[in-house]
Amino acid sequence: MNPKELRYSKEHEWVRMEKDGTATIGITHYAQEQLGDVVYVDLPEKGKALIQFKKFGEIESVKAVSDLFAPVSGEIAAVNAGLKETPELVNTDPYGKGWMLKVKLRDKVELNNLMDSQAYDLLLQETA
Amino acid sequence: MIPYLPTTESDRQAMLGAIGVKSVDDLFADIPKEFRDPALNLPAPLSELELKRELQRKAAKNANGDEWAYFLGAGSYRHFIPSVVWNLVKRSEFLTAYTPYQPEISQGVLQASYEFQSLCCQLLNMEVANLGMYDGATAFAEAALMACRLTKRSAVRALSTVSPRYIEVLRTYAVPQGISVEIVEAETARGGPEVACLMVQSPNFHGQIEEMERLAKATHGEGSLFVVSTDPIAMGLLRPPGDYGADIAVAEGQSLGVPMSFGGPYVGIFTCKSAHLRQMPGRIVGKTVDGKGTTGYVLTLQTREQHIRRERATSNICTSETLIAIANAVYMAALGKWGMRRVAELCYHKAHYAASQIAQIPGYAVASGGVFFKEFVVRCPVSPSEINKSLRARKIVGGLDISSGRAPNSMLVCVTEVNTKGEIDSLVEGLREAAHGR
Amino acid sequence: MEDKRRLLMDRSQPGRRGTTLPLCDVPESALPNARHLRDNLPMPEVSEPEIVRYFTHLSQLNYGVDTGFYPLGSCTMKYNPKLHEDAASLPGFANIHPLLEGDLSQGALQLMHELQQALAEIAGLHRCSLPPVAGAHGEYAGMHVIRAAQIARGQGHRKTVIIPDSAHGTNPATAAMCGFQVASVPADGDGNMDLGKLREALAGGDVVALMITLPSTLGLFDRNIVEICRIVHAAGGYVYGDGANLNALLGRVKMGQLGFDVVHMNLHKTFTTPHGGGGPGSGAISVSRELASFCATPVVTFRNGRYQLETPDKSFGRISTFHGNFGNLVRAYCYVRMLGAAGLREVSGNAVLHANYIQAKLKKTFGLAYQRHCMHEVVFSPTHFKKHGVRSLDVAKRLIDYGYHPPTMYFPLVVEEALMVEPTETETKETLDSFIEAMEKIADEVRTSPQVLHDAPHNSPVGRLDEARAARQPDLRWRKAV
Repeated sequence: MNPKELRYSKEHEWVRMEKDGTATIGITHYAQEQLGDVVYVDLPEKGKALIQFKKFGEIESVKAVSDLFAPVSGEIAAVNAGLKETPELVNTDPYGKGWMLKVKLRDKVELNNLMDSQAYDLLLQETA
Repeated sequence: MIPYLPTTESDRQAMLGAIGVKSVDDLFADIPKEFRDPALNLPAPLSELELKRELQRKAAKNANGDEWAYFLGAGSYRHFIPSVVWNLVKRSEFLTAYTPYQPEISQGVLQASYEFQSLCCQLLNMEVANLGMYDGATAFAEAALMACRLTKRSAVRALSTVSPRYIEVLRTYAVPQGISVEIVEAETARGGPEVACLMVQSPNFHGQIEEMERLAKATHGEGSLFVVSTDPIAMGLLRPPGDYGADIAVAEGQSLGVPMSFGGPYVGIFTCKSAHLRQMPGRIVGKTVDGKGTTGYVLTLQTREQHIRRERATSNICTSETLIAIANAVYMAALGKWGMRRVAELCYHKAHYAASQIAQIPGYAVASGGVFFKEFVVRCPVSPSEINKSLRARKIVGGLDISSGRAPNSMLVCVTEVNTKGEIDSLVEGLREAAHGR
Repeated sequence: MEDKRRLLMDRSQPGRRGTTLPLCDVPESALPNARHLRDNLPMPEVSEPEIVRYFTHLSQLNYGVDTGFYPLGSCTMKYNPKLHEDAASLPGFANIHPLLEGDLSQGALQLMHELQQALAEIAGLHRCSLPPVAGAHGEYAGMHVIRAAQIARGQGHRKTVIIPDSAHGTNPATAAMCGFQVASVPADGDGNMDLGKLREALAGGDVVALMITLPSTLGLFDRNIVEICRIVHAAGGYVYGDGANLNALLGRVKMGQLGFDVVHMNLHKTFTTPHGGGGPGSGAISVSRELASFCATPVVTFRNGRYQLETPDKSFGRISTFHGNFGNLVRAYCYVRMLGAAGLREVSGNAVLHANYIQAKLKKTFGLAYQRHCMHEVVFSPTHFKKHGVRSLDVAKRLIDYGYHPPTMYFPLVVEEALMVEPTETETKETLDSFIEAMEKIADEVRTSPQVLHDAPHNSPVGRLDEARAARQPDLRWRKAV
């Protein structure tokens, strides 16, 4: 269910390393399911810095607000503008059109602090 | 037996039996014994008939606006309220409902609230409105907090001509959050790189219309927000805040069909640009559909609010003065396009007639400069408090004594559509007598 | 078919009027310069009968206490006496200006003074302050009083307010508005505050106050409340009492005697001023002798045979434009005068009796968060319905089909699948029994026909509304159809 090529954080964010060296980040299928209908995603602007495991934004469903935590550190290279008009992309396509940020990584070593899909699947099993 | 307490002794015994305790007192066993059932020193209970007499006795001691001619305003106004307003608003399905958390059985309150939001937007020419704050002053103060959140700045400026009560409430709200409040003069007022907003009341506390276009430009030029407090009755005639680019516009809703009621309940109208929506405090009603596509209304954008965001909410407010907001909506519907304009014109003409008459009394002067709407300042030959005492013989409630060191013997006079020519002429006579009587 | 819900602007027809106004009986003056005048006034043009039919129809889509049983937990939806409406509408109360000179408003001031005394007596505190116009506004006034008092005794550096995790959201939001940060403390296994955790939170010496609701939002009277107040005081903090649930305690205990320094009372709950679809309310606070001089301006005093408005010596300032929601003060005054001390005690007795009766009858079927007698409201936790795919939301919506307003759902947040039922004292045993019967039928349906619950309500003016759409594409006002 969770794509094998991605890395995952305990806070249910994912990271995909792109060919150009940037990292794309978003929230997992499990996270969007827990949130329910996403109605708003508050993301920082392009150029801002992310710090691994620190809050970078907020995601809202009808009756809840959750913090978004950066799975990696780096500078924001792009923000998914589509989420402004259609935040439900996070629900319908969390690993695709529902991506949130593209980041110029500060240090690839940080990826070692994240889980692979197997470890993440295990975490979800334990949570259930 | 009290008519609101239907539980009989046999009901009580049956319920105690089901619960498995001997007495009602047993249910309070968690209260430490030494504090249980304290003496309660309250007046003896009255029957409905006795209580009505008691209330009438108390009410009769107050100078009510049905029997007295009022020239007192300064934030609360004696305006005409058509009978249709409270006949509808007091319908008990509105009156005795709670916040519409269950939209399926609250469409009445919700749709009426949407009407309120719509009409407020149209009256002020603003993009979005919420379902109301407590009153004009708290709406004004919350607007300052909102401007600070939006700009991430912590200084606000307000014109010296804003109601002193509004400034006091603003300070109450601002100070604990480390927000500074600077009072500035209209002539030199502007925004600034550290300034979240410039706050202007127009018509101002003295009834005068400020130079809004210029003030808005001087504010926006520095990246500050322009916050306006206005009189909704004046909006029948004057340019609305949206016309000159106000970012947030608030108003006291009392004038729109709500009795003065010794100060409340009122409602604070709160509107802003839609770009600022997510920092708006208070309840908001939105339109949507059900599973079959039928239009319906719900409370929306609730993640801004205290019950979800708790200490990070846009405000701690939980109330919307909904019933009063509905009264505003019915009033605006009843007055409509013609009536809103007509009421504003009547206020304007009557106030100007009164001012011109008062200006002719020897010893009195109407503060000049600028254009006023329904209130104006009169310089009196003696203390306004003394004058007001002498006006009582005519069953007139005079204007507010706003004397200060800089402006001694000053009276803020308010004239609305309710004041007849006879009342105004009597006031003029009374003022003349008071000047001679010194 | 005529759309009875058509919005005012869509009904508008040029030339229609909804009211009359007198002719201008004074000479007209020149209007201000055109740059001050608006170009157009987009207000509706509708006739009076249309307005009446429209809003009457809207009212019929709404459910109030006068319509039927409204067991909405934490909201105290008791009957609102009709006498109160007449009283507040007397011209000598409704049509008087807040800035009238004292000589012209002695009756109104006297009423406020008598109410101040009665509420302070009920709270067991020294002085009552009437300006706050809502519960959260009362909290705000109370925390301002405490803030001012801490500054006055050189403790203005304190920044932490302790709040139970079961608290209403207004408590932490209020603390934040007063510039404080929040430390959350959980309940123990019996639903009382965890004293160990409280002591930990107090240890830093940074505590401004504890904000605590009594009985708690779990509907329980904290058995350690006296000890809690004692240790908070010992750590240099004040105890703020959220009186949202005071209906359980009227005449049974005085919060001031337990150790509370400030208590707010929701006059719209306990003292039955009507809720009006979400307001206006009224949130008078009572404070201890030590804190009396810090209250908001104004208070009503009685001196030399005269009532007057005064600013307390060290007042923190003004909190609303005038002196509070006077119309609601009149209503609360009526309530206290009609019931007297014995009547108020009967109110709390019956409120608690009714809640425990519902608890006793339904606890097996719906499950309880805490196995003990409740106060004026009972919190069910029907987590076992989840295996049938049924949530508390579905139970609530199904109750609408049975003709009842649903209980409060998912609050307090700390109770899973919370359904909070507050029957109040003004219902008959017959009403309670019918409600219990409906709840049991719904519990049967959970097993036999869960889909009926998912689709509920079936007979309301609208079905379940798409709240996600409302939030994603906000439509907050009328616009001309294109």
